[in-house]
Amino acid sequence: MLKIKNLHAGIGDTKILNGLDLEVNPGEVHAIMGPNGSGKSTLAQVIAGHASYVVSDGSVEFMGKDLLALEPEERAREGVFLGFQYPVEIPGVNNAYLLKAAVNAKRKHQGLEEIDAFEFLKMAREKMAILDMDPSFLKRGVNEGFSGGEKKRNEILQMAMLEPRLAILDETDSGLDIDALKAVSKGINALRDPERAIVLVTHYQRLLDYVEPDFVHVLSAGKIVRSGDKSLALKLEEKGYEWVREAATA
Amino acid sequence: MSTESTEIESLVNRRYEHGFVTDIETDSLPPGLDEGVIRAISARKKEPEFLLEWRLKAYRHWLTMREPNWAHVNYTPIDYQSISYFSAPKSDADRPKSLDEVDPKLLETYEKLGIPLHERARLAGVAVDAVFDSVSVATTFKDKLHEAGVIFCPFSEAVVNHPELIKKYLGSVVPTRDNFFAALNSAVFSDGSFVYIPKGVRCPMELSTYFRINAANTGQFERTLIIADEGSYVSYLEGCTAPMRDENQLHAAVVELVALKDAEIKYSTVQNWYPGDENGVGGIYNFVTKRGDCRGENSKISWTQVETGSAITWKYPSCILRGDNSVGEFYSVAVANNMQQADTGTKMIHIGKNTSSTIVSKGISAGRAQNAYRGLVKIMPQATGARNHTQCDSLLIGKECGAHTFPYMEVRNPTAKVEHEATTSKISENQLFYCRQRGISEEDAVNMIVNGFCKEVFKELPMEFAVEAQALLNVSLEGAVG
Repeated sequence: MLKIKNLHAGIGDTKILNGLDLEVNPGEVHAIMGPNGSGKSTLAQVIAGHASYVVSDGSVEFMGKDLLALEPEERAREGVFLGFQYPVEIPGVNNAYLLKAAVNAKRKHQGLEEIDAFEFLKMAREKMAILDMDPSFLKRGVNEGFSGGEKKRNEILQMAMLEPRLAILDETDSGLDIDALKAVSKGINALRDPERAIVLVTHYQRLLDYVEPDFVHVLSAGKIVRSGDKSLALKLEEKGYEWVREAATA
Repeated sequence: MSTESTEIESLVNRRYEHGFVTDIETDSLPPGLDEGVIRAISARKKEPEFLLEWRLKAYRHWLTMREPNWAHVNYTPIDYQSISYFSAPKSDADRPKSLDEVDPKLLETYEKLGIPLHERARLAGVAVDAVFDSVSVATTFKDKLHEAGVIFCPFSEAVVNHPELIKKYLGSVVPTRDNFFAALNSAVFSDGSFVYIPKGVRCPMELSTYFRINAANTGQFERTLIIADEGSYVSYLEGCTAPMRDENQLHAAVVELVALKDAEIKYSTVQNWYPGDENGVGGIYNFVTKRGDCRGENSKISWTQVETGSAITWKYPSCILRGDNSVGEFYSVAVANNMQQADTGTKMIHIGKNTSSTIVSKGISAGRAQNAYRGLVKIMPQATGARNHTQCDSLLIGKECGAHTFPYMEVRNPTAKVEHEATTSKISENQLFYCRQRGISEEDAVNMIVNGFCKEVFKELPMEFAVEAQALLNVSLEGAVG
């Protein structure tokens, strides 16, 4: 589904990714871990198409298409979803409005009929129940005055509504208390599907207690230095990132 | 077929009903302004002596005044002697014969705004019978108003049929000496609307200039007077969301509202005059004086405006809260794109006891435009218990535009409560990226963010107008990003 080859990217003259390779297949859950500054978020932003990041070499292929040639909205409509580390506030625009516009933009792209307000609300309420979200969420401005936990739940709600083929969740677990972490994990697990791939970008092992990954990759200095199954995450927790750095340079 | 011919007939009759309309089609005055010109205008309109005197008084005072220069706008000085103060409407021969002859760009905009086909022709000034639909609508409309006792007619018709009301109220809110442009308007005004709502009557429908047959050519010096008698209510809609073309660069209108005891006037404007090209060439100068007088107890005047057009907008719809417990409201969205300049706001003058006012101003700047809010809240010594809440928000799109806020407050009564909140924000790259990552195009994202920003004002507009205003905003900001 997703094939990343020899990816080099950065902001301005600062290189962050240095020849990254990664392959993700449908149905798989991958966790990408690594210390601060190793390039985890950059990878997520490059896949989503943020204009500040410049790709200098390598390729990203998604469902057989050259992802880097597409505009961010086209990537989204093709089924790439990014759960933001810092979801932005859009005052005055209510959540339901944004969500409905997003769902319909995708449906239009797929040649499906747009859904009306009634269908939309029904669908949204179902998804919100899974995430223990209050229906009043829909009426609030997008992330406006949301707590950290509410913002992250909102990202998961958007993901649930958009039903992407590939979901990249950038530090969705950061800043969550244990109840919120459980609710968010429940939301992610509900979306596990043989047709869908999920990439979790995280600092910590604790999310992986709730969402079990099939693969764990460790990123260091813009490259994947080690891959393994979920036991790798536990080993990391125990030994720290220093261990990986040493292993990488050895 | 027969109904169509009746309609043609009624249209023909209508044209002859108000004699001067046909008169003016054949002549216009050469450029220049002196007392002779004013006498000529008044004579052609068969005005009573008092009105001529009123015009002359205004003119004589205007001669002693100077054009104001305090607004945050720049333009080359206007040569008042080069303007023709009485020009005939374009004759049919000069107009496009069909939509095929109309600038395709204009038609494209109509399309985007969702304007029905038969209206497009009228708006583009096509000299064909495409207007029959609205004529027939207008006829039923007039009957209904007549039944309710509401007077809604061209200003010049009111001068002939209701001189006592004109004499009593004209200039009673905006005196001839009020300001440079108001004085000029008083001297040379061409036509406009007149509304009188009798005691205790709730006007059965929203009044719109759109339905007024002569609206097409009221010219550059429009005069509007609305009187809501005791306990009455009226909602008046001015303007049109479709871009209006006009050869006259200077527009200096005056609008006067009078609300007597327990009366309410709701005045909504959507202004979309030609703003000029990307460099601001050829746009309209819109210097307007709008003021409402809450003359009686418990009266209320509410201004709602969506300003997207004109090269320069200079406009401060105001309320004089004279009656005890009277209420004034001002809700505004002002958009300035490309080289547009807008200096707009309001004045709330609290005189009566327990008067209250609300100001919600939303300014949007894009391109290289400059957008200024200028507002005055004045609490007079006798206005015990007066309250004001002002909220003034600016939204910037891009790096080359500007937003300016000039709030003035004059509080001369210690019991007054006056609050002012102001914010300035930008549409950020991150907001746009966030929306695009959800599959929403950049343009739709900008529209969504802008409409969210303006929501508080749009909800004050009558439903249909609000939908149009939203579409209009989207078209006005097209290409503002990227």
